[in-house]
Amino acid sequence: MWQNPTAMKILDDSVQLISATCPACGLLCDDLLVGNSTPISVKNGCPKSQIFFRQAVSNTSPSMFGVDCDLNAAVKAAGKILLHSSQPLFSGLGTEVQGMRSVMALAETAGATLDHMHSESTVRNTLAMQNSGWQTTTLTEVKNRADLIVAIGTDIVTSHPRFFEKLVWNADNLFNKATPEVIFLAATGNTSAGTSPDGHAPTIVTAETVDLPAIMSALNALAHNKKLDAHEIAGVSVTALIAVLAKIKAAKYAVIVWSVGCLKIPHAELTVQSITQLIATLNENTRVSGLPLNSGDGDSSINNTSAWLSGYPTRNRFNVHQRGGEFSYDTYHFSTQQQLNNCDALLWISTFNAYAPPSSVAPTIVIGHPDMQFTQAPDVFIPVGIPGLDQSGTMFRMDSSVALPLKAMRKQVLPTLSDVLRQIETLLA
Amino acid sequence: MITELKNGKLYDPTNGKDGVVQDIYIRGGRIIAKPSSTEKISQSVDLSGKVVMAGAIDMHSHIGGGKINIARMMLPEFQESRRYSEPEAHICSPNCSHHATPSTTETGFRYIEMGYTAAFEPAMMPINARQAHLEMADTPMIDKGGYAMLGNDDYFLRLLAAGKDQKAINDYVAWTLHATQAIGIKVVNAGGISAFKFNQRKLDLDEAHSFYQVSARDILKSLSRAVYDLGIAKPLHVHCNNLGAAGNFETTLKTIEAADGLPMHLTHIQFHSYGTEGDRKFSSAAAEIAQAINQHKNISADVGQILFGQTVTASGDSMMQQINAKHANPKKSVIMDIECDAGCGVVPFKYRDQNFVNALQWAIGLEIFLSVNDPWRIFLTTDHPNGAPFTSYPHLIRLLMDKSFRNEAFAKLNLDAQAMSNLKSLTREYSLYEIAIMTRAGPAKLIGMHDRGHLGVGAGADIAVYNEQTDREAMFSQPAYVFKDGELVVKAGKVIKVTWGATYTAQPEFDIGVEQDLKQYFDRYHTMQLANFKIDATEISQDGRGRIIVSKQHPITS
Repeated sequence: MWQNPTAMKILDDSVQLISATCPACGLLCDDLLVGNSTPISVKNGCPKSQIFFRQAVSNTSPSMFGVDCDLNAAVKAAGKILLHSSQPLFSGLGTEVQGMRSVMALAETAGATLDHMHSESTVRNTLAMQNSGWQTTTLTEVKNRADLIVAIGTDIVTSHPRFFEKLVWNADNLFNKATPEVIFLAATGNTSAGTSPDGHAPTIVTAETVDLPAIMSALNALAHNKKLDAHEIAGVSVTALIAVLAKIKAAKYAVIVWSVGCLKIPHAELTVQSITQLIATLNENTRVSGLPLNSGDGDSSINNTSAWLSGYPTRNRFNVHQRGGEFSYDTYHFSTQQQLNNCDALLWISTFNAYAPPSSVAPTIVIGHPDMQFTQAPDVFIPVGIPGLDQSGTMFRMDSSVALPLKAMRKQVLPTLSDVLRQIETLLA
Repeated sequence: MITELKNGKLYDPTNGKDGVVQDIYIRGGRIIAKPSSTEKISQSVDLSGKVVMAGAIDMHSHIGGGKINIARMMLPEFQESRRYSEPEAHICSPNCSHHATPSTTETGFRYIEMGYTAAFEPAMMPINARQAHLEMADTPMIDKGGYAMLGNDDYFLRLLAAGKDQKAINDYVAWTLHATQAIGIKVVNAGGISAFKFNQRKLDLDEAHSFYQVSARDILKSLSRAVYDLGIAKPLHVHCNNLGAAGNFETTLKTIEAADGLPMHLTHIQFHSYGTEGDRKFSSAAAEIAQAINQHKNISADVGQILFGQTVTASGDSMMQQINAKHANPKKSVIMDIECDAGCGVVPFKYRDQNFVNALQWAIGLEIFLSVNDPWRIFLTTDHPNGAPFTSYPHLIRLLMDKSFRNEAFAKLNLDAQAMSNLKSLTREYSLYEIAIMTRAGPAKLIGMHDRGHLGVGAGADIAVYNEQTDREAMFSQPAYVFKDGELVVKAGKVIKVTWGATYTAQPEFDIGVEQDLKQYFDRYHTMQLANFKIDATEISQDGRGRIIVSKQHPITS
């Protein structure tokens, strides 16, 4: 499957197994061992990491309107588009910390609006957090402390495949805790990973995702010792909800997991908020923590980097003409969807996955994964290295508390995102 | 190339210079002796009538790492405060407070524009140290460094509970300094952050952690001994138990006793100096605390002064922040348990001068400043941003130097709070020499930055030049010039050249054998590899901007 012979070899011939950090999901597993032979073997890998580490370099040539060109010409054309733009949109932003540092620098020069490809989801968590805060935990705490996992609206493993294997069914833990119980509430997907190694099945409370706002409100009311004047809420018996609440209260350290990416419903933000409020209420007397799953493609990395460099997470904009230049923040107006109608240039970045840009009438520059396919060829396409495979980098895990180095695993034939952005920036200065 | 700074009035306590008019010569970023007449002076600046001090050093300021970034994300509305030109509270002046969550760029700029040339992140969670260094790397103009937090991490608590010998503790502490590229060790609510994860809500100095059955006293004794044995210059940095609780001064006094003569630094001590007298069961215990500091020469402290206005408190102390979250303003907070390593609590606060407790907190901080005799052992901090943003330092300096200004402010406070404070009876006014001690010479000595904080030959040429003015707030808010490593970077209070500072670390010797057990621990219990936990020096220097300076430590004495 390796098509480009120069990109085939993992870095050092003498090494048989290379320890690797996998950016394919927010768990950022760093216990992988990638074999230095063909076909590539991936020890401790999940299906996502197998695909990630075994992908080949398919295309190394930049192009303009679908016609191959050299990197210089592509960079020049990109520079020209941004130079003539007064309201550029930088979207996608599928990158890690080092790439985002370069994105921010270019955004300051170009006066760009910034939005991440998954922010339709991410922003809902952010808004809930900005409204009332939250109480959360991190992966090592879950692994050692959690004796109850409540998954709301998600099976967890579709987005984060090794969650149960690594953090729930681990044999070792620091505090001699019991094997955790698992409850799925309105989960979609495959809940079989919630069955313990000794065959203990999870509790499954079946409900539609769209009914979660009602169900969470009922749980909050029950947590405040209110009596519900109903036998069931959205098809879920109140007895079942009381049982869920009793288990959370009885647990020494319950962890409530949600995935905002799965909450494709009206009132998703309110649902998140009612989850975090339930956690806050229960923490008055016992210990319960939240664990929001992320959506991937560097969302934690780019929002953290954006926050320390600009003061804001994404959906922000650098206003060149304001007070000598400063950032502003607007989760509604600065969305990709809104800006596609207003921008006069689109820079789309997706380095981890070959996600193509949304269609736009504005001149479009695409920098990213070499496999990207287009229905309409962009003005400029520059394939760049994949962080964690072609180039090193720094990546935040889903819980934002841990950042890990990503390694270059094979010989580099593609430029890095930062290289390309710096070259473009020089043309704008 | 030699730069000559002529006729400046030097306040350089390390070298005993109190307002001496003297020329300074700079070459290659360092202060040199007067060159011979044959050597060419390339640049000469006349500083007649100006006050010259070494660049100031903030030894406790939350400038990097997860907590502040959480605050930035939770409080986007705070960025608007950059635009405020009027103070928020009526007793404040324009430099008083405002921007509690600056970006890294603004952090570097605002510090250097006040004449500060270094700041230290005091609560670097080892597991989050990479983020702290990423943020500090993106902080221009100033030098920086971090204190690694220990004492609530399960590896240490296991060592202590298992009765491991002091050598095992020392090796782990030294290893942590190396692995996290830190220059000091901090303890936050010793044992309390961990105990909160077991649903304990309070941990006194001699109370047992419910799982490990060790006390905060055991933890502090073990870690202060380790820091001392390893010869680390920076004494153990201690955020005492019971932060913010009425009556907590007793815990603080017991902590001073628990130090047992070993060096210990008590941080943001204002938040730990509360009594329970009066109708509201909240009173000042500043006198008791100051007396204890005066008596115990092994103890130093920074104040953590509060100033009025909107800010956010960002602390590793999840246990106490869970309680403080009830007073959040605006009403939101983030509380986290983190990685069997520590935790955090981010709670926005608005300190109001008409609020009894806030007004008394303000007075307590100043009472401590004015009642501790030795300026080498008390440091000027607001625990940025917890008491107030660091940009309010010029205002705080005026409060210390100008009795009538202070008393006028005091007279505007909540009347019940006034009745509970002896501030007006404290007539002391800090001198420029004392200010230079507590903001320059003192912190450099405390942290072990031997070539900073002074203007002697061989020192790094970090120099702040102020126009002498009777309004000390105006004077310290806008230096005439600031030199960083010999380069002129600020003129008339504005950055004219962007530079990138260094990161200070301590790297004591230790037995690398400790890694065998750590590796097993990481493999069994952690969710990351030991190799990835460690931060390589090249991670800080690879972008060509940052660099590491390994601070020379005391030789091992025992």
